[in-house]
Formats: sequence, C-alpha cells, structure tokens
Amino acid sequence: MTKITFVSFDGATRTEVDAENGSTVMENAIRSAIPGIDAECGGACACATCHVYVDEEWTAETGEPAPMEEDMLDFAYDVRPTSRLSCQIKVRDELDGLVVHIPERQS
Amino acid sequence: MSEIIRTDVVIIGAGPVGLFAVFELGLYDLKCHLIDILDRPGGQCAELYPEKPIYDIPAWPEISGQGLVDRLMEQIKPFSPQFHLNRMVTRLDRQADGSFHVETDEGEIFEAKVVVIAAGGGSFQPKRPPVPGIEAYEGTSVFYSVRRMEAFRDQDVMIVGGGDSALDWALNLQPVARSLTLVHRRAEFRAAPDSVKKMFELVDSGGIRFELGQVTGLKGESGELSGVTLKGSDGERELPATRMLPFFGLTMKLGPVADWGLNLNENLVPVDTEKFETSEPGIFAIGDINSYPGKLKLILSGFHEAALMTQAAKRIVNPGERIVFQYTTSSTSLQKKLGVQ
Repeated sequence: MTKITFVSFDGATRTEVDAENGSTVMENAIRSAIPGIDAECGGACACATCHVYVDEEWTAETGEPAPMEEDMLDFAYDVRPTSRLSCQIKVRDELDGLVVHIPERQS
Repeated sequence: MSEIIRTDVVIIGAGPVGLFAVFELGLYDLKCHLIDILDRPGGQCAELYPEKPIYDIPAWPEISGQGLVDRLMEQIKPFSPQFHLNRMVTRLDRQADGSFHVETDEGEIFEAKVVVIAAGGGSFQPKRPPVPGIEAYEGTSVFYSVRRMEAFRDQDVMIVGGGDSALDWALNLQPVARSLTLVHRRAEFRAAPDSVKKMFELVDSGGIRFELGQVTGLKGESGELSGVTLKGSDGERELPATRMLPFFGLTMKLGPVADWGLNLNENLVPVDTEKFETSEPGIFAIGDINSYPGKLKLILSGFHEAALMTQAAKRIVNPGERIVFQYTTSSTSLQKKLGVQ
C-alpha cells in the first residue's frame, strides 16, 4: 500500500490514507471523506473541483499537468505552480509518502 | 397553504424544447403551466447566448438564441401558456388518483395529470469566481453573461477567463467599451484558434490589454466597481475596471430531479423513444435532460420528442378519446386553435 497524506488548508489536519496503486489521489480522498475535495464530475477531468497543491517535495515525482488538465485548471481557484487535479494523479509505488495540500476552496 | 393550481400538464423548464411542447400539446387542447429557475423563458438560449447565432434550426439558416425564443413565444401564444419564473421545482409526488403534485420553492402547488421534464442540463448557474466581496457587485458591475452589449458602452471592461465565452466577448465588446482588459492566468487559451489570433492582433494594435494573472480583490463603492486587484507571478497590482465579466464556466446541477424517484443514468433521465416517458408513467422527459440510444443533444431533437410525447400525454389526460392526426396546413379545427380561422 502507498501512503498519501492530505493536509487541510489551515495545516491543522493531516490525514494519512492507504492508497491502492492504479487508483487516483482523488478517489482516495473521496473514499476517506477528506473535506475540501468535491470531485463533482467523478474523475472525468471536467470540473476542477478536486484541485490540490502537491507538496513542493513531491512535484518532481508527480510531474506536470497534461494539456487538458491545464485547461481545466483555468476553472480552479487560486491556481499555483504546484496545482494539480487530484483525479489526474495515479497512485504508484514511487508516490509512497506523497503529501498534498487542500486549497482554501474548490471553485 | 396556497391554492392548488390545476392544469393538464406541468412543464419543468422553459427552454426552447419546453416552449415548443406547449405548441404540440396545445394542438391537442392540453393546457400547460411552465416553471423555470431563470427569470424569463428561453433557457440557455436566452441566458447564455441570446446574441449568438444558431445555425442548425430547420428553415432558419441563422437565428440568434433570443430570436429563436421570441419566435417560439409568438408561436405558442394562441395556447396561453402560464409561466412561473424564478422558481425551482422542489417536489414531485404522485397522488392516489394517479395525478401529480408539483411543488416549487415559492410554495406553489400544481396538480397535473402529466408532467414533462424539459430541464436541459438541470438548473444551471455560472460559476462565481471566489473573489471576496464579489456578491456586492453582481448585477451592477459584475455580470456572468452579456444580455445587452449597450450596457458595456464606454465602460472599462475587464473580461476574465480563457475559453470561448471570454474570447468572443472580448472581441465583441472591444469596439463598444472605453477600454477592454482580458485577464487569464496563462498565455494559452482553450478557445477557437481564430478568436485567439484576432485577440492577439488587437493586443498588438492596442485595442485590447492582455494581463496574466488571477483576480484576488475588487475595489469600489455601493456596487459600482472601480478597480480590480490582480495577482501575477510578479506580485499584486491594481487595474482600473468599471465592469467585470468572469467566465469560469457553468456548473450544471441536476438538482431536485434526482429526488423524484426516477431512474437516472449519469444525471440524465432514460426514456423510451416512442413516448419519451420516464420510468414513471405520466412523467415524460424531453430535450437535453433525457437519454436513449442514439440521443443527440440538439434543439431539433427536442422538438421531435415534444411531438411524440404529446401523443402519449393526450391519452393520459383524455383516456379513451380518439386521437385524430391532423396537419396545421389543412385542418380547420387546428387553425381555429391557432386563431388563424
């Protein structure tokens, strides 16, 4: 199992979840009812409501958003260089220990 | 409790398809009440693209969204449909006698033998950009659609977004506005390449100012915007603006339709292709909200669905009555209903 930590916007709450390889970071957030991840479209890269900031230490491993994801990020709130849509990050061994931060709000 | 409004048919949604259903039902003497969450009939045609041309309405090589709505309203006038606007249907219950009670968030209750769901993409709202205090400017300085271009004449207009709506309105309002600033968080756009090219040409010639960044704050007084704070890679800066048009897409929600006990498939209402009836007899779904094999979300498909639905609706409202199929070109009885005889 790969561990992922979700950090609330105020930094006060850190939730560590066990994620299956091949699932998306968003799916794991929804399964664990992480507050602040809405995922309205259910993972189709069509709504920008599963926006997260990847922790600086992990951006090299998670990589850049694909063009379609980048387009969809236009609809997100307070987009930063570390912004990703969590439905587009697939869990794999190399991401064990991944930390993502929840934005203040989804769009 | 308010008095119950009794009618043959309640149509939920007053977009083009709901409007045309009034016509088809009217030819068979079925009276309609329409309920819509928007403040006027027309649905997306009137709200999102009133001035944009539509090219695939049969016999209209080009017609604007509002033009189509206006003509539908004219066409259904003989049937005196009753509109209940700015309302959302919250409940839909079947009564012991098989009829339906339809309840709105304004507390009205309708009793109808047939319910037609023509709710398009559900109740939709433009996404509000999460800028603190933006509510105070909405409707006076901040708009999510352009209803009249004149409202932007001689204004310092700021358009935010990178899609087709943002680009189209930047190009259309540029000649009207005193100044036009387009704000987007990056230099790539997900819009028609031709619009992007035209926009950059206008930037080069000084007609449009393009700013990279995200809006973080608004400045103004009693609803009148005067400036906008922009956060870019180089920090925050302030730009003058008296009108702002954020285009952050729409959020379409099925809304209460999901609670009415109908079978749903990916937020659409499955129907048969003979009557366009839902899993609940007497409740029909036409237009963008329904699904069936081969479904195309076109206005013309919705018109066809309205005509076929009417045959089934007539049998429910007037059971046992013989249905005579007639043409408006030759039937004197239809022409009387249309007021042309």
